Amino acid sequence: MCLGIPMRLINIENNLMATAETMGVKRTISIQLVPNVKVGDDVLVHAGFAIEKIDPAEAAERITLLKTLLEERFDEQTG
Amino acid sequence: MNKQVDFQSRDDDLAQALMERVKRLGRQLAEEKGRKLILMEVCGTHTVAYARSGITDLVGEYLELRSGPGCPICVTHQGDLDRVFSLAGLQDTLIVTFGDLLRVPGSFTTLEKEKAKGSRVQICYSPLEAVETAAQNRNTQVIFIAIGFETTAPAIASTILQAAARQLNNFWVYPVLKLVPPAISALLQNGNPTGLDGFLLPGHVSTVLGSNAFSFIAKSGIPAVVAGFESIDLLLGLYALLQLIAEKKVAVGNAYTHVVRKEGNKTARKLIERCFEVEAATLWRGLGLIPESGYTLKPRYAEYDARRQFITDVVTAETDPLCICGEVITGRATPHECPLFSRRCTPTSPVGPCMVSPEGACGAYYHYR
Repeated sequence: MCLGIPMRLINIENNLMATAETMGVKRTISIQLVPNVKVGDDVLVHAGFAIEKIDPAEAAERITLLKTLLEERFDEQTG
Repeated sequence: MNKQVDFQSRDDDLAQALMERVKRLGRQLAEEKGRKLILMEVCGTHTVAYARSGITDLVGEYLELRSGPGCPICVTHQGDLDRVFSLAGLQDTLIVTFGDLLRVPGSFTTLEKEKAKGSRVQICYSPLEAVETAAQNRNTQVIFIAIGFETTAPAIASTILQAAARQLNNFWVYPVLKLVPPAISALLQNGNPTGLDGFLLPGHVSTVLGSNAFSFIAKSGIPAVVAGFESIDLLLGLYALLQLIAEKKVAVGNAYTHVVRKEGNKTARKLIERCFEVEAATLWRGLGLIPESGYTLKPRYAEYDARRQFITDVVTAETDPLCICGEVITGRATPHECPLFSRRCTPTSPVGPCMVSPEGACGAYYHYR
């Protein structure tokens, strides 16, 4: 079951455990697999473990790419 | 024109714009080839996500999405299921498992039926909960059933290390952990018999392994793209794959770059290496024996290995000869081609695991198509 949920770290308890939150749901998760995370970082959570830090720069770039696509559509419709 | 839109509708607009592009490119490629394109979604979570989001149907005219060997329960061999279920009969024993295993049929029973008969079976979200349960119930034998792929293996490794650190002598793991790349190699060992035009690669297995781990696929001449799981990510992955096909470029693309790195998560892999070694060969449903495709606990953690510590001498019956789960999870057939589908085999009375696993292709087809 490779389900993963993006969550934001809201409290680092120690180098193993942290509290993460998404849409009002809080969970204690393990951060053993993602060293050097800090409060405010977004992580991908699988089976109670953060398995990777979500890269904010890459996430922003993806949105820019999508917006370009959307604008192209507007051009096609109006142009 | 007033373009003030809220976040949700902006997302919907983006998704729609992408969808149009996917369809347009899909149609163009299907016309060029004179047939539908066949794409394999390796990951079971993808099978369900594409079906549930409606994408599978919306692109169905031009693209055929086939499931691959990426639903961990579906690829678990019947014999492994039978051995796991037999543990539920042990005295003073609590079986802890992820919820998706509960209703999966073995040869003679399910964990749900064993529970109804009085066995203790508990569902958890994180394997660490099982360690906690064992620590608080020292007179109970707690066995965690670890079915999964590379995504799950680091969590299981961490769990074993925690049990060792807490010196628990009433906690075991039953590992049924498999590796995805060898399964893809096995699919391709006789060329490309299913005529695949592209692979959608599993986003979360890739998170651990890195997109580089799949570069061997290029040798087969088939392009592949790592995809994420939100609606936008599903479409981005599909679009990127169609672009590779259109450009006749054989490469492994990554459409999930905010999560998946080329080199993957080294910390996670180190933890896997600390606890597990790769078995010489592992038996898969539908694929048979695949060399170096499963994890087993290293000898130094043998005392936590339920496979070594409990004797599970069970009889495994032949699987129902009409059930084609094995073909479905290797992309050789779609669920609709199964004579049992939605007749004798339904989610309430499943014949094979593909109908009842939350990531199974037959279940996804039953619910969403």
